[in-house]
Amino acid sequence: MITKDAEISDAPVAPAPEAEEPPRRPKKRQRAWDEVPRWQIYLPLSIYLLFTIVPFYWILLFALRPAGSTSLVPWPITFDHFEKVWTERAFGTYFQNSVLVGVATLFMTTIVALAGGYALARFNFRIKRAFMLALLCSQFVPGALLLVPLFQIFAELRMINSLGSVIIAETVFQLPLSMILISGFIRNVPYSLEEAAWVDGCNRFSGFRVVVLPLLRPGLIAVGSFAFVHSWNHFLFALMFLSNQDKQTIPVGLNTLLSADSVDLGALAAGGIIAAVPVVIVFAFIQKWLITGFSAGAVKG
Amino acid sequence: MAQAAAVAKQPAPPRRRRGSATPRRLPYLLIAPAALLMLGFIAYPVISVFYYSLQHYNPTKPWRNGFAGFDNFVFAFTKDPQFWDTLVFSAKWVVVEVGLQLLFGLALALIVNQSFVGRALSRAMVFSPWAVSGVLTSAIWVLLYNSQTGITRYLADLGIGEYGTSWLSDTSTVFPAAVVADLWRGVPFFAILILADLQSVSKDLYEAAEVDGASRIRQFIHITLPHLKDAIILSTLLRAVWEFNNVDLLYTLTGGGPAGATTTLPLYIANTSVDAHNFGYASALTTVAFVILLFCSIVYLRLSKFGGEDK
Repeated sequence: MITKDAEISDAPVAPAPEAEEPPRRPKKRQRAWDEVPRWQIYLPLSIYLLFTIVPFYWILLFALRPAGSTSLVPWPITFDHFEKVWTERAFGTYFQNSVLVGVATLFMTTIVALAGGYALARFNFRIKRAFMLALLCSQFVPGALLLVPLFQIFAELRMINSLGSVIIAETVFQLPLSMILISGFIRNVPYSLEEAAWVDGCNRFSGFRVVVLPLLRPGLIAVGSFAFVHSWNHFLFALMFLSNQDKQTIPVGLNTLLSADSVDLGALAAGGIIAAVPVVIVFAFIQKWLITGFSAGAVKG
Repeated sequence: MAQAAAVAKQPAPPRRRRGSATPRRLPYLLIAPAALLMLGFIAYPVISVFYYSLQHYNPTKPWRNGFAGFDNFVFAFTKDPQFWDTLVFSAKWVVVEVGLQLLFGLALALIVNQSFVGRALSRAMVFSPWAVSGVLTSAIWVLLYNSQTGITRYLADLGIGEYGTSWLSDTSTVFPAAVVADLWRGVPFFAILILADLQSVSKDLYEAAEVDGASRIRQFIHITLPHLKDAIILSTLLRAVWEFNNVDLLYTLTGGGPAGATTTLPLYIANTSVDAHNFGYASALTTVAFVILLFCSIVYLRLSKFGGEDK
């Protein structure tokens, strides 16, 4: 809006000093953005879409067509592979475990990061700089390379083979980035709003709950769904810390199918679809918040 | 005016205020859960890795356990060709992956930033592999690359290539095959981040450039790229660290093979500790990897003058 006003008010002034300019101007008034020829958009986009979609189609094809079929269309459709994977290969159990780990990680990460993020955004305290630095440095610590000491810690805590170990490990490695993101979101909420709430009789906590929390919703949804998707997808911790089959998660189950001597392709494809469904749902749900959530406070930090 | 408003919006975090009852301990209480978790499950393991890197420690050979000094490091740098091979492969993997992901991600972001019919749907579709896990990516591409029923069979039907080609079990094709699989999942990450940053480029700049008769390519070089610079530096750095550390995809897609052709350093470390139980040596390799990452990151941030101009 501001842009257009500026240009309109600009137009009558400009021709006076420079006489050559006016004839060129009216043509340029059409916005530069819309001048890209359509084929320059649709051609590369369709090639890339093909690259994106063919693999998805491929796994769907293998999951839905009967074993041994080489047809490129999944017809007749069969759900045998799904039944087999869900019961024989225990994906039903894996699915439950994965949901449990994902939801627990989501809540733990969001709550702990919200508390820490609020402190970073609203207070000056002595170890703040050191703490921020620690958060940034932790981004360089490879979780995969800490498997052995982490295993020893969880063994001492008697948490090997309990989902708690995976939940804690996933939460810990999600925390730093989540906290940095959330403190950015909180900084974008004017402090004066909170002060106004205190004047109206709120204390710190209720003021935060009434004024800040509602405004944080897009950011929290973004951070929470990252935590969920990440822990749903990640497999090394689960692979290392959970050895009982009834405790394992979906990615570990997929890996078992993948590393079998003769891979059952139909079962693998069906298992893959089961692994993808919750993530696709979450993704469809957060898509509109994703871009705004990022541009709101992420990179500014 | 605008500046004044911005300042008013973001005051320096105030100290204790009279009206609100804010004990001085509050910020510490708030960061305590996060700090404790990170101390216990990141800091302590890191320190123990440093400690074990100076030890011979192998539960299957307890008679050798004990203080090792720098033996592990000397061994890695002088007597272990596999260390160098995997380190070089890691570097190659990171550079190729991050470079291509950035290139395609940037192009993709610029395309879906235009307004055209079907934009929302195309965005949703091209971004979707971002949410797919490493293991699932492997599963999908194992199906695609399968020598009997994979894509090569249908290509051969069309007269392209031969029947029975298996890209993942041939040392000459496994690298590009793995790169393409990881690109499929990695490009959307850059596209999403860059698209988010593109939203904040002021349209005035383009209109001004337009008035001055700058071509679209010049506008891209002089307006878009400088604006994206910090986001690009940060995302490439994070992605490089992530690609270096990530073992999910290669572990499940190729298992580091064939014949060790796709073993990265972290994969080698995982094998050394998990399969060979040589924790002392694995810890030394981890320390080396950590130092290399830190060093490269600092050099990269310095060279690229991150956040230079506007602060």
